[in-house]
Amino acid sequence: MGIRVNPRTTQKIAKVVIWSAAILVLLLLFTIIIYILSKGIPHITWQFLTEIPSDMGKSGGILSAIVGTLAVTIVAIVVATPLGVGTAFYLTEYTRESGVTKIIRFSAESLAGIPSIVYGLFGFIFFVTYLKLGWSILSGGLTLAVMILPTIIRTSEEAIRTVPPMYREVSFSLGGTKWQTMTKVLIPSALPGIATGIILGIGRCVAETAAIILTAGSALQMPTSLFSPARTLAVHFYILASEGISLENAYATAAILIILILLINIGANLLVNRVVAKRR
Amino acid sequence: MKMKNFGERIPQSLFFIIALSALTVLALITVFIFIEGVPLIAKVGFFKFIFGMKWAPSQGFYGIFPMIVGTISVTLGAIILGVPVALCCAIFLAEFAPRWLSDIVRPAIQLLAGIPSVVYGFWGLIFIVPLIRNYLGGPGLSILAGSIILAIMILPTVISISEVSLLALSPLLKEGAFALGATHWQTIRSVLVPAAKSGILASIILGIGRAVGETMAVIMVLGNAVALPNSILSPVRTLTTNIGIEMGYASGDHQQALFATGIVLLVIIMILNSLAQYSIRRK
Repeated sequence: MGIRVNPRTTQKIAKVVIWSAAILVLLLLFTIIIYILSKGIPHITWQFLTEIPSDMGKSGGILSAIVGTLAVTIVAIVVATPLGVGTAFYLTEYTRESGVTKIIRFSAESLAGIPSIVYGLFGFIFFVTYLKLGWSILSGGLTLAVMILPTIIRTSEEAIRTVPPMYREVSFSLGGTKWQTMTKVLIPSALPGIATGIILGIGRCVAETAAIILTAGSALQMPTSLFSPARTLAVHFYILASEGISLENAYATAAILIILILLINIGANLLVNRVVAKRR
Repeated sequence: MKMKNFGERIPQSLFFIIALSALTVLALITVFIFIEGVPLIAKVGFFKFIFGMKWAPSQGFYGIFPMIVGTISVTLGAIILGVPVALCCAIFLAEFAPRWLSDIVRPAIQLLAGIPSVVYGFWGLIFIVPLIRNYLGGPGLSILAGSIILAIMILPTVISISEVSLLALSPLLKEGAFALGATHWQTIRSVLVPAAKSGILASIILGIGRAVGETMAVIMVLGNAVALPNSILSPVRTLTTNIGIEMGYASGDHQQALFATGIVLLVIIMILNSLAQYSIRRK
């Protein structure tokens, strides 16, 4: 046996260590965010937001990247939401726990763990090459749809599960059919939770780079249709920073990304708080 | 037919088909990546592909061993640096933090998970890399730089899953330990953490998965040299960055070799995921 330390002393040491770890995490977050925002915000101007990039992004703005980000995100949400919410309804309302639900859940969990670069490879070989969609908004959006599917399934399932069973029973006892119960009772009560999942999905779409660069390409032109190649903000930022094209524009783009992510997170939290407040 | 009844006619089987989407996609991903990658592994030879030391696509050499070593070393570094901080933070949230403070810390950690990986990489490049170059020597682009960035990036995963498993414990455990005269820390160390160990283990495994799979953050700070590292200050290339760097211009065998690299990644991730899910279910 070594030296016996008084349990009260270890308790004090442990408390200090644990508090410092929590403070360290907060400090890291604030350092990163403040560093990027302070370097980037001074370079954000109205022209920067509303002009098309020129000279590889050295001058001009980021309008086409904003449009590209919006376009792939919308495709991803439009495709993934019905699939994700439908899966959640199947898992909660249409079946009981069985081997099939286990396989579906295992698939969703596995999808959640697959690295984005592997999604990029898949999107490239399947959407871009095999389905001949080319480097396009459609290929990028469909790849992102697959990526955010597990998030939407998980959050929707949780949201539907937390609807009190009494709601269903009351609806059924009033003669409501399964479809009426679902559309008039379950969906409205679970909506904030489902919306949270969608917002988190939007966040992932905005932040994603590796999967998009391989499927939507990195064209600087303004996209004109779903089949146009496009560059998203994150891809634009990566190319500006890694090829040393313009540090100022890179900082400004990064600051816009951070601001978007902040807004998305605040939105998701407000929704979650509303759900929690409702339940109390 | 009244519109009201339309929904009733949507058969349960439609929902079943929708619910199969996750499984279908998982199968498609696996099949397409294997179809593209397996022929090259067969051509080069499995052993020479995995343990080959030379990666020179223009000369037909496809050995990914240096990248496997790169992935393992950066991941190990991230776990060593990140897991202790993350576990302390999870214990903080579950046991120490007053309500108002945890209401601030939790969204902050969620925000940490939302920051784009390219932003982490860029921050590492302009903040961490120069620090390492100036104070520790070497090129700065190194295993250490990648490990630091990944350690930060795995924090949200490890913290949130560990915290949930600590909070899920029965309050009786804690009350029992207190009743026996244990201090708060003794209770945490000898009762709560051991009781939550399957969840904590799962959080670490998922953190490892995140570190192994990350691409854009490490592509900017690792230096990407295809060589065995001789210290933590050496530049390395990982499996993911190999794909990220070369996919833009690869074709033919070279492109297939990148898909083959993807197979190795996919297999590692599936093993890690299964272990994590097994660990969570076991309790």
